[in-house]
Amino acid sequence: MNHLVVDRVTKLYGDAAALRDVSLSVAAHDYVVLLGPSGSGKTTLLSVIGGFTEPTSGRIEIAGADVTAIGPAKRPTTTVFQDYALFPHMSVEKNIGFGLKLRRVPKQARAERVARALDMVGLAAFGRRGIHELSGGQRQRVALARALILEPEILLLDEPLGALDLNLRRQMQDELLALQRRTGRCFVHVTHDQEEAMALASLIVVMNQGRVEDAGPPARVYARPATRFTATFMGESTEIAGEILSPGVAATKIGHLPAPKSLQAGATILIIRPENISADGTRDVKLGAARITEAVFQGAHYRVLAQSESGQDFVLRVPPSTAPAPGDTLTLSCGAEDLVAV
Amino acid sequence: MFAGAYMALCYVFIFLPVGVLVLFSFQAGDLPVPPFHGPSLRWYEAAFQDGRLVDAFTNSLLVGVISSAVSVFIGFLAAYGLARYDFWGKDVVRALIMLPLAVSYLLVGMGLLVSTSALGFGPSLITVIIGHVVINMPLAFAICLAQLGEHQRRIESAARDLGANTARVLFSITAPMIAPALIAAFCLCFTLSWDEFLIAFLNTRFDVTLPVVIWSLLRGGLNPETNAAGSFIFLVSVSLVLIVEFFLLRRRRA
Repeated sequence: MNHLVVDRVTKLYGDAAALRDVSLSVAAHDYVVLLGPSGSGKTTLLSVIGGFTEPTSGRIEIAGADVTAIGPAKRPTTTVFQDYALFPHMSVEKNIGFGLKLRRVPKQARAERVARALDMVGLAAFGRRGIHELSGGQRQRVALARALILEPEILLLDEPLGALDLNLRRQMQDELLALQRRTGRCFVHVTHDQEEAMALASLIVVMNQGRVEDAGPPARVYARPATRFTATFMGESTEIAGEILSPGVAATKIGHLPAPKSLQAGATILIIRPENISADGTRDVKLGAARITEAVFQGAHYRVLAQSESGQDFVLRVPPSTAPAPGDTLTLSCGAEDLVAV
Repeated sequence: MFAGAYMALCYVFIFLPVGVLVLFSFQAGDLPVPPFHGPSLRWYEAAFQDGRLVDAFTNSLLVGVISSAVSVFIGFLAAYGLARYDFWGKDVVRALIMLPLAVSYLLVGMGLLVSTSALGFGPSLITVIIGHVVINMPLAFAICLAQLGEHQRRIESAARDLGANTARVLFSITAPMIAPALIAAFCLCFTLSWDEFLIAFLNTRFDVTLPVVIWSLLRGGLNPETNAAGSFIFLVSVSLVLIVEFFLLRRRRA
């Protein structure tokens, strides 16, 4: 189960903490995405796992062995770098075969494995090309093949899709997923793009200011975020500030709403994802009436901003057939399970 | 119009002496002064048959190649160390490496002569080689340092990640990656060594380099043979500078 264990890792640069007491446990078949804004520590964490950065304190375990003191050369991890970091003076084949050559794999066996790796990333005919003759997407594939040919326990990917245009990025996402399933290896992927994270991850780790804010399957992290930061970072939502009156009841601007019974008395924030708010007043929890302030057509739906008389803002999605217009009044409601306290 | 004339004047001022030197190396008569007779390769033939000039040519070549190779090797390693590692007193070390650029050749030459004499081995080509390494290594260092940026650092990290140790990274990845800069640095060091006079003059006795032998030829009076030797030195320098520009410009476009 615990293929990769990050145990209370802290990394200080002078007085500034890039990572504070980060712990994580990952299974062998997981596609992990470290998600967070720049400066959140996600790249530092990747670098610590890869052995490029030594943690100030804490341990890293891979496949049951403590690797904290082992450098990148000897670690069972390989990395796909943000700018691919291909060797510009070597052909595609030589780039991919470099790791095997260092491991003294005989020439014949090496050539066979390089050919298989090229085939795997769809570059079978490109072995003799120079790096400068390749497009961005092709370079990305060479970087993947070069890292995967060593059969690492964990493949680390540092914002690998950042330099690609949107179409290519979607295509590479599919290929990454397929590669991960085919090789059955653990991938750890860093990105700041929450859509990319949701498309790829079996485990999303949301990071902020050097801490893990939330970690879990994408559906759970999106629908029931553990913290307000996660809620905001994973997408839009309506935020309703309230006060816990008695267990399970919160007083808000728009009346009493159900809240988790575990919450102690005090202030809380309830969030609702836009697609969970219904505009026809049919769901269990009534949110009252709100006037549309803005309605933007987005193809499959309208994105609607609305405000209640008491000043509560809402963001929701409305089907195009209802043709919402600013000034219209909607009767809002949602399911009890759609209200999440953060 | 005025600007053009001004520019032309500047170029005449710079290149006239060189032009005259080269022109009269093709003189058919006995003196490198007008009127010009020829052209003739008579004096080139004489220069290539002059034992002193040929020996000096070999010596200069030897000193140039060895001192440039050593300069580039040490400069490259020093640049790698400073670009890739953080240590206490790094700025001081960098300043110390660059310092010889600011020291006059006269001081370097005299200092070297005094020290080698005190140590008991007198002037020789080896001393000249040491002197040329002293003045050229900072240049090679600076050229290499400018090439070792963050992009190269990530490529080196990738090599380490795939299992390479430091020696492997240096000679299989870093050096080939910045090969154009290394070649350019070598050529530049060679040109500077090739026509360096002061250090070579102060630190040689019997085996001398080309500039030194030309200096002694000039003391015996004007002679088109000297022009021929000088033109040849010039030709070598210009070719090397062109090679440097080719590599550095190609680098910039890439």
